[in-house]
Amino acid sequence: MYPKQEVVAMLLAGGQGSRLGVLTQKLAKPAVPFGGKYRIIDFPLSNCVNSGIEAVGVLTQYQPLVLNEYIGSGQAWDLDSMNSGVRVLSPYQQVKGADWYSGTANAIYQNINYIDRYNPDYVVILSGDHIYKMDYSKMIAFHKKKNADCTIAVIDVPLAEASRFGIMNTNPDGSIYEFEEKPKQPKSTNASMGIYVFSWNKLRKYLIDDEETEGSSHDFGKDILPKMLSDGQRMFAYQFQGYWKDVGTIDSLWESNMDLLDPNIPLDLNDESWKIYSSNPVVPPHYVSSTATVQNSLISDGCDISGSVDFSVLFNNVTVKAGAVVQDSIIMPGSVIEEGAVVQYAIVSENTVIGKNAVIGARPEDIEDKDNWGIAVIGDNLKIGANAKVAPKAMISKDIEEVE
Amino acid sequence: MRGNNIMGIIFSNLHEDLISEITDRRTMGAVPFGGRYRLIDFPLSNMANSGINKIGVLTKTNYQSLIDHLGTGKAWGLSKKRNGLFMLPPFANTSEYSNRMTTLNSIMPFFKNSTEEYVAISDCDTVCNIDYQKICSKHLENGADITVVYKRGHLPSKLHDPTVFSFDSKGKVIDVLINPNITGSCSYYMNMLLIKRELLMELITKCISKNTLNFKRDIIQAEYKNLNVYGYEFDGFAPMITSMSDYFNANMQLMNREIRQDLFRGDRPIYTKVRDDMPTKYGLGSKVTNSLIANGCIIEGEVENCVLFKGVRIGKGTKVSNCVIMQDTKIGADSNLNYVIVDKDVTIKNERTLMGFLSYPVYISKESVV
Repeated sequence: MYPKQEVVAMLLAGGQGSRLGVLTQKLAKPAVPFGGKYRIIDFPLSNCVNSGIEAVGVLTQYQPLVLNEYIGSGQAWDLDSMNSGVRVLSPYQQVKGADWYSGTANAIYQNINYIDRYNPDYVVILSGDHIYKMDYSKMIAFHKKKNADCTIAVIDVPLAEASRFGIMNTNPDGSIYEFEEKPKQPKSTNASMGIYVFSWNKLRKYLIDDEETEGSSHDFGKDILPKMLSDGQRMFAYQFQGYWKDVGTIDSLWESNMDLLDPNIPLDLNDESWKIYSSNPVVPPHYVSSTATVQNSLISDGCDISGSVDFSVLFNNVTVKAGAVVQDSIIMPGSVIEEGAVVQYAIVSENTVIGKNAVIGARPEDIEDKDNWGIAVIGDNLKIGANAKVAPKAMISKDIEEVE
Repeated sequence: MRGNNIMGIIFSNLHEDLISEITDRRTMGAVPFGGRYRLIDFPLSNMANSGINKIGVLTKTNYQSLIDHLGTGKAWGLSKKRNGLFMLPPFANTSEYSNRMTTLNSIMPFFKNSTEEYVAISDCDTVCNIDYQKICSKHLENGADITVVYKRGHLPSKLHDPTVFSFDSKGKVIDVLINPNITGSCSYYMNMLLIKRELLMELITKCISKNTLNFKRDIIQAEYKNLNVYGYEFDGFAPMITSMSDYFNANMQLMNREIRQDLFRGDRPIYTKVRDDMPTKYGLGSKVTNSLIANGCIIEGEVENCVLFKGVRIGKGTKVSNCVIMQDTKIGADSNLNYVIVDKDVTIKNERTLMGFLSYPVYISKESVV
């Protein structure tokens, strides 16, 4: 018998994140490194533990090795209690056969037994591809106060961008009367953040019904939520204020990392009252040599900097040799920028070597054809030869030979 | 491979008087070092990396910060069902822990209840990365009863009871001098040894019964003729922290890349308690050269030849040169510091000037406000 947990969180972490290209070739999107020492999943996991949620199921499917290893016992987030904590839930074989998770709702459906053993009143559904700090306990309190069956967190977005999101149209009391998925003419600017609180008895029933519905895609946004709305269940929008960013694309991932360097953006990772926890590598402090210049950047433990680093985020154990220049870029753990190399507006994945005098990416002001400008991305464990040139917006997944 | 036939004993609470300022409210083992470590991290990580699974930490007084740092030993992989980390403070009577011999005698049950054949013993005031497996292989090869670890070089100044060895061509100890008058290079004891557990117990019991209580004199010096005592030379980076200026210099030596690679080797990492700090943030206009900087700092001023620990703040217009600045110390704007060791949680307000000198760095104590 497990002690009752009032709230169980389910974190959908099975997505491939194909828009991140080479960055998610070998790992699931929630395991993508972020912010100099974190992985994306640190944000929802830390939010859970800071919100007092003790039971978190992480649903994995695509390339789970790195993610499983990273989550480990959950100790890094204090989610390693005796009868609760974080559990990695992968698809499994059952008496009647084996299924992959065929949709977000199906993934939860297949793990009803995990949720049931805590006999929760509420279930929070989260996704592993957003950067934000949020107190879920406030949203759950709102859910209780409204006596709701389902509460959806929304954030106010600029009207011009509203057509990129799922928009929740609400009555003055906050109850939802209509969903519009990526509307051409949005009626409001309440964009869904993909964070749902359900009363478990209601959700449980809808998951089972949905599973038996022919032609359903077993998706929360497409099936469960519209069905609940048409059945007249009590659905509310919960307004979130603060920093929230979907990091599902190269551009948004890059921007969100750069946001950490902007003192005007409300995403303070030094805030003692809402820490973002992560699994910390065992490495010494970083060293900045006499030939280095470092400005407006985040530098992590284990780095060795002799070149120039500007407006960049460097993960642990990155080496920037003398005469190398790193600007407006993200360099992931263990990568080496050799002498004289220039890396601008780029993301360099883990353990890659950028050879001497190689040029990666370019500044937008230095390029004429602005349509072909973008962030250059270099995959992990690659060797970019000396003097090689990688164009802006390129995505590199193979070694590049040295150029004479 | 984990788990071998060696158990570890660490003296965390010796020689505090040598750096009395920093050890005012902590044990030697809890002295901060190198941006994110405490001195005990080095012997503890060395033992853990050498496959030693059972480690007793001896401590006598002022051990709150040490216990807080070590916790269950999780960070060193020593939080285990089978063996792991054992904190060994005295029972009510601290006089039992007045010297090495009585201390070891008072943990006799710990030795009796162990099954390991060998005991590795180390102090905390030497910073190094050493492999006990190698010492053990040498010990077996020599058929030694005791293997003492030594370093060649000039005797560190102010060392307590410096012990100097002479060896025959096979490395067997043929002379032991304690407190000798030596000016040149010699082979001095690093306060680390390997010994058979049962032999150690026997020697301690014998010394206690005769009331001969000086470990170096009454075991090493008294017995080297009767027993096979061999030396093991350690030739890596291994400063002994015997004064404030040694402490300062040892920190500064970490600016040397080869020394860092020797001390923080990837295959034998130095573990420490983690504290989820964000990466260090460099502001616009910051200028940092030749410095070792831990996570969680925010630097807006100028930093030159410094070691900054976790969570240090350097304000705009401030210049900090040749300093060791410990955890969470906040230095305001337009201040100027040169040759200063600043302890934890100190606040240095705007427009302050503090100057020491290479041979005599100024020390600012924990939680002060300047």
